[in-house]
Amino acid sequence: MENVTGAAGRDKIAITLNGEEREVPAGLTVRDLLAHLDLHERLVVVELNREILRRGRYAEVPISAGDEVELVHFVGGG
Amino acid sequence: MTVAELLDKIDEPLKLAGREFRSRLILGTGKYKDNETMTKAIEASGTEIVTVAVRRVDLDRTKEEGVLYHLDPDRWALLPNTAGCYNAEDAVRYAGLGRAAGFGDWIKLEVIGDQQTLLPDTEGLLAAARTLVAEGFKVLAYTNEDLITALKLEDAGVAAVMPLASPIGSGLGLLNPFSVRLIKSRLSLPVIVDAGVGTASDACVTMEQGVDGILMNTAIAEARDPVRMALAMKYATESGRLAYLAGRMPKREQAVPSSPTTGMLD
Repeated sequence: MENVTGAAGRDKIAITLNGEEREVPAGLTVRDLLAHLDLHERLVVVELNREILRRGRYAEVPISAGDEVELVHFVGGG
Repeated sequence: MTVAELLDKIDEPLKLAGREFRSRLILGTGKYKDNETMTKAIEASGTEIVTVAVRRVDLDRTKEEGVLYHLDPDRWALLPNTAGCYNAEDAVRYAGLGRAAGFGDWIKLEVIGDQQTLLPDTEGLLAAARTLVAEGFKVLAYTNEDLITALKLEDAGVAAVMPLASPIGSGLGLLNPFSVRLIKSRLSLPVIVDAGVGTASDACVTMEQGVDGILMNTAIAEARDPVRMALAMKYATESGRLAYLAGRMPKREQAVPSSPTTGMLD
């Protein structure tokens, strides 16, 4: 996937996030992505390219162009 | 024995997945009209375990409120489910996501075979159960009233078998007491009836079959007054359990008088 230079001059990359194509800043870690989306790390589970990530790895795992990211959490259910 | 001593020994705790619980009622957290009603109902019910589903975060809302904003995991044990999964692979995936949330390695396993009835796909259920047991999960398996499937689930190493009373959300109550009693009599595992309870008498009748616990959601969430119904269900679960432990009188087709037949006036 291509990198697109945004108005602020930063690179953006295209990823699939919860089933939808999105552009996010390049160079983010998983932790950065959650912060970028204003999500609390403790309340979210991350699956990256079909692999469930342990929370301890969020700060070290990068988000790359073309990644498929699923962010899930607990909701009410029976 | 004094009354106080009797009350103390009135029942054993529910032993489930390596833990002990005083309440034999487990509640679902879905379908409530708002989170305040949900929390009050959960408190009124006396439950110690609530189920939750695993779903995508809604990224279009600026402040996402998952259910954990309203449920203190120190007060209630959270039991993730695999609701909405129609095959073993999906159920295994969702179980993994549930475990990764960090609240334990137990899972209420559902593999559904039909959208209209939400009845379990027993082939997929057994396959998923075997995989998850091998991966170290404590599996609580939502199943149907079939003894053979229940025995196979036990062989697969699940932590509990959860036969339905009637279809999820149907409120039809316990349709097949014989099968539920049969499953309880033949398994060594905890048997917890899950799905289909509609009102208090359903819960009471279900516990009178001798099962170890009962799980319900819609019966409370869709009652006109969920908090009152939650309290009703607390009492119903306890009273059904006590009636079972007390050992009921036999049914007869002839009357037997309760007052003396002698000493009548001429």
